Amino acid sequence: MNLNRRHFLILMPAAAVAWKAVLAGTPEAAPNYKRTDHWWGMLIDIPKCIGCGNCVRACAAENDVPDGYFRTWVERYHVTDEHMTSPEVISPDGGKGGFPVAKEDQGKYFFVPKLCNQCADSPCTQVCPVGATFVTPDGVVLVDPKYCLGCAYCVQACPYGCRYIHPDKKVADKCSLCYHRITQGLTTACCENCPTGARQLVDLKNPNDPIHAFLKTHSVQILKPQMATGAKVYYNELDGSVR
Amino acid sequence: MIWITSGGAFASPFAVSGSLGHRMNVFKDAGHLFRFAGLFVVAFVVFWAIRGYVVPKSFGRYGHYRAAAMDEIAAHPARFAGHQACETCHSDVADLKNKGKHEGVNCEACHGPLAAHAADPTVTPAKLDTAVLCVRCHGASAARPRNFPQVAADEHSSGVPCQTCHQPHSPAIGDPNAVASSAPAAGGAK
Repeated sequence: MNLNRRHFLILMPAAAVAWKAVLAGTPEAAPNYKRTDHWWGMLIDIPKCIGCGNCVRACAAENDVPDGYFRTWVERYHVTDEHMTSPEVISPDGGKGGFPVAKEDQGKYFFVPKLCNQCADSPCTQVCPVGATFVTPDGVVLVDPKYCLGCAYCVQACPYGCRYIHPDKKVADKCSLCYHRITQGLTTACCENCPTGARQLVDLKNPNDPIHAFLKTHSVQILKPQMATGAKVYYNELDGSVR
Repeated sequence: MIWITSGGAFASPFAVSGSLGHRMNVFKDAGHLFRFAGLFVVAFVVFWAIRGYVVPKSFGRYGHYRAAAMDEIAAHPARFAGHQACETCHSDVADLKNKGKHEGVNCEACHGPLAAHAADPTVTPAKLDTAVLCVRCHGASAARPRNFPQVAADEHSSGVPCQTCHQPHSPAIGDPNAVASSAPAAGGAK
């Protein structure tokens, strides 16, 4: 082959670009669901939560969550001191079987359902050494079970304690915001089964989603705003004792 | 550049002309450099070949992750069919329910995950136990919101099953809709 150095140097970057295109493979057939059209989150309406545990059971059934592990769970707060510094928090089996009957008492009771906050700037994805966890173009934090090493950096990094190492698969596992449902036009299993509408899937990129009006007219808070995680799970009327 | 102009003793071998006054052959005695460059190219090709083999095709399409993982996760089968699926067949029950207090309660919240039934109606849903189901939400507890209807079950009915008085799909007592309906409510009034 008659190839001098000048031409070789010119061709190398071009070949690298071409090879990159080969590596990327042929693009998939476009599905009806367009990822860039959505930006998913959730609204938790604290005053509506009755602590029935339907969401926890539904999540476990939908996502094959092993016993003793939770992609979502419900905490019951009992705050008696006016400084709100030492709330009594219980979550028996994640609230899967409901909660023990509370007697009339001083102070206030309320339930706080928790799940992955689907952070836009999530600490868990930043620490993953292999790119096994990521924020999708539609704003859901997912774990790639085939790529995950099970090093559990992300489990430690999540400020909300939403991750665990799956006892059988030995990889990180967490709420996927029912990605298999929301990409089919369904709502999540927890929202589908919440009897009071305390949990609602929201699409922040959909201008017709009632979340926009709700955020403008209600006292809404995210968990640990000081950590700048870009959490997209919004809590209506969240008490100050919830950290 | 200083060392090119300052004197012939330190002239670069790639300088086209030197202070010695004759033209130098740029590639003379450079064979070892080309051999090294060849080795480098071979190593580079081997590296890209291995990389092309071990890095998944979709890695890096949207970011530092495997894009195909999204489709794999989205392929997980749904266990809850969703109330839209229920209502395509059971629209009579849905109409009744949506007139009553349980309007916002979706079918599978009580009936459980029934995607299998939605896909194949011969799969029969399990019978429900109202003694368990009703109390999950309506059992009295100071922890529940004050405005939410709740009763201490043993005081309220002394063991009489809930559905003796309350039709689950239309729970208000004496609801004319509930009486007129022939909807086979789970464990409905017998």
